[in-house]
Amino acid sequence: MSEQKIADYEFKPGFTGMAKDTGSDQTMFKGVHWGKAMMWIFLLSDTFVFSCFLISYMKGRASTTVEWPYPSEVFALTVFGVSVPLLLIAIMTFVLITSSGTMALAVKYGYEKNRKMCGWLVLATAIGGLTFVGMQAFEWSKLIHEGVRPWENPFGAAQFGSYFFMITGFHGTHVSIGVIFLFIYAYKVFAGHYDTQKRGWFTTMKGDYVEIEILGLYWHFVDLVWVFIFAFFYLW
Amino acid sequence: MEEIKKKEEQTTTHKIGIYLWIWGLLFVLSFFSYMVDWYEFQGLLRWSLILFFMFLKAGLIMAFFMHLFWERYALVNVLLWPMTAIACFIGLMAAEGKYTVFTRFFYFFVGGQ
Repeated sequence: MSEQKIADYEFKPGFTGMAKDTGSDQTMFKGVHWGKAMMWIFLLSDTFVFSCFLISYMKGRASTTVEWPYPSEVFALTVFGVSVPLLLIAIMTFVLITSSGTMALAVKYGYEKNRKMCGWLVLATAIGGLTFVGMQAFEWSKLIHEGVRPWENPFGAAQFGSYFFMITGFHGTHVSIGVIFLFIYAYKVFAGHYDTQKRGWFTTMKGDYVEIEILGLYWHFVDLVWVFIFAFFYLW
Repeated sequence: MEEIKKKEEQTTTHKIGIYLWIWGLLFVLSFFSYMVDWYEFQGLLRWSLILFFMFLKAGLIMAFFMHLFWERYALVNVLLWPMTAIACFIGLMAAEGKYTVFTRFFYFFVGGQ
């Protein structure tokens, strides 16, 4: 996605290119839109925040002398009288991956200046995200109903609740913010702001479909974090 | 002005097939990682399978959905090298956790004398 040309500058591939880009006394991320570079830097910092949460969860779980609640049973859902382990979490995972896929396609169609297709796909992504948040709200209320609190729970080690609410809550906040922006950007795409290069609300930057890719980076990151939460919190 | 125009002229897109492939793969991998829980694998097999599917999924999302595979190395390296710091942190805290649980068991059951 970074094959943009810069006048009088030859793009070299691989590590030679990296050395040349970095040591050229100019901008370092050549051919990369500044908004995209900034989003990546933000996501890097966010990675550290989520890593700290997950590491503290690892430390807490590893150092408790009480047995940790068995997530397969805690998060089981009873369907037609049969208890299915992790059913809701599995559906949530598939919903989030689906929305990640539609987002990737939205970016592709955006760059092809296919306004309608891009708009519908961004909207589909937003609806997927909304479904995810809804299911998470259901999961939270179910667990709270069963007596899970940040300081105690009926299943085992007391730390379970605080880690659960903190990690999934922070992730859910990210999803919610993403959903809000997805709806805004769906409107902007349909209204043709990126075809007419209409400037944004807080910026003098001309509207461009690269903004869809920047939004996409954020959304894929949310999905990426869920991959780790799913593995470490629900499956482990 | 002209330079900026030149910059914005070319943006490549990729064939739809590659996105659909990755999408499908993510579904399959998620299904497999769910199966790890379904068949109640335990111990080392469970952990290694979970980690394997997790890293594969994360790698696919980052490489293709987030386009890192096609980005300049200058950006890719800035993003990926800090992960080694996180890996160090994980190592440190895993050791710390072991020590904490050891001291807890020791003083809870043996006593502080």
